[in-house]
Amino acid sequence: MSLYTMRQIIELAEEKGLKISDVALELESKESGLSIDEIKKRMAYNYEIMKNSVSHGISQVMPSVSGLTGGEGYRLWHEKEKGLSGETILKASSRAMAVSNVNASMGRIVAAPTAGSCGIIPGVMMTVAEKLGKSEDEIVNALITTAIVGKIIAQNATLAGAEGGCQAECGSASAMAAAAAVELAGGTPSQAGHAAAIALKGIMGLVCDPVAGLVEVPCIKRNSFGAAQAILAADMAMAGIESVIPVDEVIKAMGEVGRSLPVELKETAMGGIAASKTGKMLEEKLMKKEN
Amino acid sequence: MNLFDIIGPVMIGPSSSHTAGAARLGKLARNIFGEDFNKADITLYNSFAKTGQGHGTDKAIVAGILGMDPDDEDLRNAIDLSHESGIEVNLILEESKRELHPNTAKIILYGKDKTMSITGCSLGGGRVMIQDIDGFKTEFTGEFNTIISVQRDKPGIVAYVTSYLAQKNINIAQMKLSRRSKGDMALMIIETDETPPKSVKEDLEKHEGIYKIVISTI
Repeated sequence: MSLYTMRQIIELAEEKGLKISDVALELESKESGLSIDEIKKRMAYNYEIMKNSVSHGISQVMPSVSGLTGGEGYRLWHEKEKGLSGETILKASSRAMAVSNVNASMGRIVAAPTAGSCGIIPGVMMTVAEKLGKSEDEIVNALITTAIVGKIIAQNATLAGAEGGCQAECGSASAMAAAAAVELAGGTPSQAGHAAAIALKGIMGLVCDPVAGLVEVPCIKRNSFGAAQAILAADMAMAGIESVIPVDEVIKAMGEVGRSLPVELKETAMGGIAASKTGKMLEEKLMKKEN
Repeated sequence: MNLFDIIGPVMIGPSSSHTAGAARLGKLARNIFGEDFNKADITLYNSFAKTGQGHGTDKAIVAGILGMDPDDEDLRNAIDLSHESGIEVNLILEESKRELHPNTAKIILYGKDKTMSITGCSLGGGRVMIQDIDGFKTEFTGEFNTIISVQRDKPGIVAYVTSYLAQKNINIAQMKLSRRSKGDMALMIIETDETPPKSVKEDLEKHEGIYKIVISTI
């Protein structure tokens, strides 16, 4: 397995006048032995699944298995025209929550990069592509870009809530989506890198504190914030705003913050809002129901 | 790690470790058992026991033993489906077994004339590890084609099996041998790159020192 940094990928792309997704496709094809067409076909299948989860989640209230959540994506979707945040952010955020709702109700999703953060990338990709009138092929390429950014984060830090907290899951998903949104919007590879860095810094330090250990509270709403932030980070990068700290250093810092977080704040349901009075009460109630 | 480990897998939610991993454990147990069964005792330990219901761990593991993959939308109906297919499922919850991995399950399958106990854990991201088969300690993930050999602990058997595989042009990716005690029964796990043909079982079982071959393919 080859190790890369964002800087290497960005330089490779800019030297040849390519996109990050072009470089990622070439590298993946070389490493896996699959042709570029096969890789794109597999990613297109994943995008089909993502679109299905979005449409299920925004068209109905789906109660979660535990009954703690349900219908968040559906409700925000109906606010998209009149809401204060503007239609793009509201569409992306409600789609992100819709996918999380599907996940919590035992529906089918694509882990992107994890099940806990599965809404952010579909929400952002679908919404940005729709706004810019992008083709299916361009969206598939953008998903390849999310994947290479995620792979670099996995190799240089972590994508697991149990190791790095929510910043490793929703933070990474937001960074991955931000870079891909820049690519869709016609930005340069180096702008994509800045967008990823800006998004990751925005969520740095966020703890993983799921009530009763379930991927619901606060995970579903955090997916919507991750999506909104990815779009803002992409806009910043497109406006020429740069991350003062290079993206690879931001990724390493996220990993370090993850290691410094106490175990209570890494998916153990022992700290943060999971340890709040109501969080504990809900946990007890669910346990009783179980036994 | 490839790009589809990052954007993927496609799975039924809500948790890659507690749902997708549980389904994979169930399916591996079914493959290792390799025959029809009419009863399953499933013990969920630690985090699997504590948060299992909210994560659908019970349903996922039953779905797996019924042969479903982690992305099967019928997964949520697995308990009902097990009733329909006439398999008796008993779920046991044990919340504090500190010596075991946080997400561990023990699956005992009962067939017409054999019973097998398989223990494994879910490592995260949908990846799993089988740790114990009928009291033999082992470690394999089911990510490779796997040949499991229950055999006598005596000289020559490992060589016999590996030279047989060499003849068939089957490359060994990993292998592990464990035994109960010297000269007693031993368990050999061989993970291969190529898919072993069904004849491997018949051929290897001809050796008097090999009691049973189980093949689990990906």
